[in-house]
Amino acid sequence: MTEATEAQDLTAFDIDGKEPIIKYRNVSKSFGDNEVLKGIDFDLYPGERVAIIGPSGSGKTTLARLLMTLETPSEGTIEVDGRHLWHKEVNGKLVPADEKHLHKIRGDIGMVFQHFNLFPHMSILRNCIEAPIKVLGLSKKEAVERAKKMLDKVGMLEKADDYPASLSGGQQQRVAIARALVMRPKVMLFDEPTSALDPETVGEVLNVIKDIAKQGDMSMMLITHEMSFARDVADRVCFFDEGRIQEQGPPSKLFAHPETERLRDFLKSFHMNGNGE
Amino acid sequence: MIPIDVVSQVLPLLQEGFIVTIQLVIIAGILSFVMSFVGGLARLSRFAPLRWVSGFLIEFFRGTSLLVQLFWFYYALPLLGVTLPTGLVGIVALTLNYGSYGSEIVRSSILAVPKGQAEAGIALNMTRFQRMKSIILPQAFRIMLPSFGNLMIELLKGTALVSLITIQDMTFYITQARNTIGHDTLLFSMLLVAYFIIGYVITLVFRWLERKFSAGRV
Ligand SMILES: Nc1ncnc2c1ncn2[C@@H]1O[C@H](COP(=O)(O)OP(=O)(O)O)[C@@H](O)[C@H]1O
Ligand SMILES: [Mg+2]
Repeated sequence: MTEATEAQDLTAFDIDGKEPIIKYRNVSKSFGDNEVLKGIDFDLYPGERVAIIGPSGSGKTTLARLLMTLETPSEGTIEVDGRHLWHKEVNGKLVPADEKHLHKIRGDIGMVFQHFNLFPHMSILRNCIEAPIKVLGLSKKEAVERAKKMLDKVGMLEKADDYPASLSGGQQQRVAIARALVMRPKVMLFDEPTSALDPETVGEVLNVIKDIAKQGDMSMMLITHEMSFARDVADRVCFFDEGRIQEQGPPSKLFAHPETERLRDFLKSFHMNGNGE
Repeated sequence: MIPIDVVSQVLPLLQEGFIVTIQLVIIAGILSFVMSFVGGLARLSRFAPLRWVSGFLIEFFRGTSLLVQLFWFYYALPLLGVTLPTGLVGIVALTLNYGSYGSEIVRSSILAVPKGQAEAGIALNMTRFQRMKSIILPQAFRIMLPSFGNLMIELLKGTALVSLITIQDMTFYITQARNTIGHDTLLFSMLLVAYFIIGYVITLVFRWLERKFSAGRV
């Protein structure tokens, strides 16, 4: 089998003729003696939606944080749209990237955090226009226009003048999603976006993410414990355990016919048996 | 009964000193504030030598007595060939002392802003400077305001020491006046009330600032 058909078998997404926008190659990450990621190879195609599942502590967050440049890899390389993220090429040799280089590359990446991380001293609208004005150099008028469109999309336009503290968790997370979208990243990382929410607001956030997944041509990496959401949204599901991708494939296959014992046990804990229910 | 004639004799003197004390508080207060930010940011710098030097200076001026510092600048420095105007000596010593305390306030307040805030800034591709200016410092400022209120009260109380190097503040005038007028109880009571009034105004100003900077908090 060629590399391309091999990759195509893993995802329901049509990767025909496309180059991955994200390439992790042999990426490892240790915190002290604790090796959290162990030689990860991982591709993400433009427009592809990949759900990352796995027990807590398996390294899912770390995988995303390396791409968002919040954590430095101990080994390996990450490419974004054909350019090295953590390295610069100087005279044909790879040297560690500096802040300026990271700034240039990470504009393609956006991230939604488990705990929202809205700026508490700014109104909802201000949260959404601060970076577009300062980083993208948009005029205030353009930024407000863009921000309002996104806030409308996540159903938070009426709250534009409120402050984060007056919103529910679900509302704050929807604003955080809008804030990330206004920057128009090519790749969006969602790190357990509903884990910190009250059960009754989980649905509204998942629906917003589903909508975005349907409309956009943005690549998405969705770290989640919501299995039915993963099945509905993802083109591919990656099962993580002990710092490695243990198994991956299209959701129909992965949830219905898990190959490894680990994944079967993991799915059982979500009351999902071999039939994907 | 309070001897009205004594009060009316002392009040003009107290008023003269009052103006000097206020000037010391305002000038040394503003300079301490500026030094707090310079010192606090220097201690958090990515440039190690800057961290060491600022750390040493801050610990030095925080860890030695204000009174001894005043005497050193007033009596010892001229022997080394540098004579500063007396008023300046007071301002310099107060600023170094309270600015050092303030540096620690700024440093710890910046560190108290949750890490997720800077990370959200990185995820929005803001530069280090933009993150500091629009995300970290505004939140740190709100955290540091109450401590700065306390610091300004401490500074006010510290200004009384400058009378010992002949700066004519409130304490200076009152200690002079008791030599000629007596009535110690009355004079020192008036002095206490005068300090209390300034201190209370400082408290009110900082309460107002805290309200003003707490937008969005519930
Ligand atoms: N900043 C850090 N310092 C030390 N250990 C960390 C740090 N971040 C994560 N870890 C450790 O790395 C492991 C994987 O964490 P994480 O990537 O958050 O897993 P997951 O998101 O799958 O729960 C955990 O054992 C965690 O304790
Ligand atoms: Mg996690």
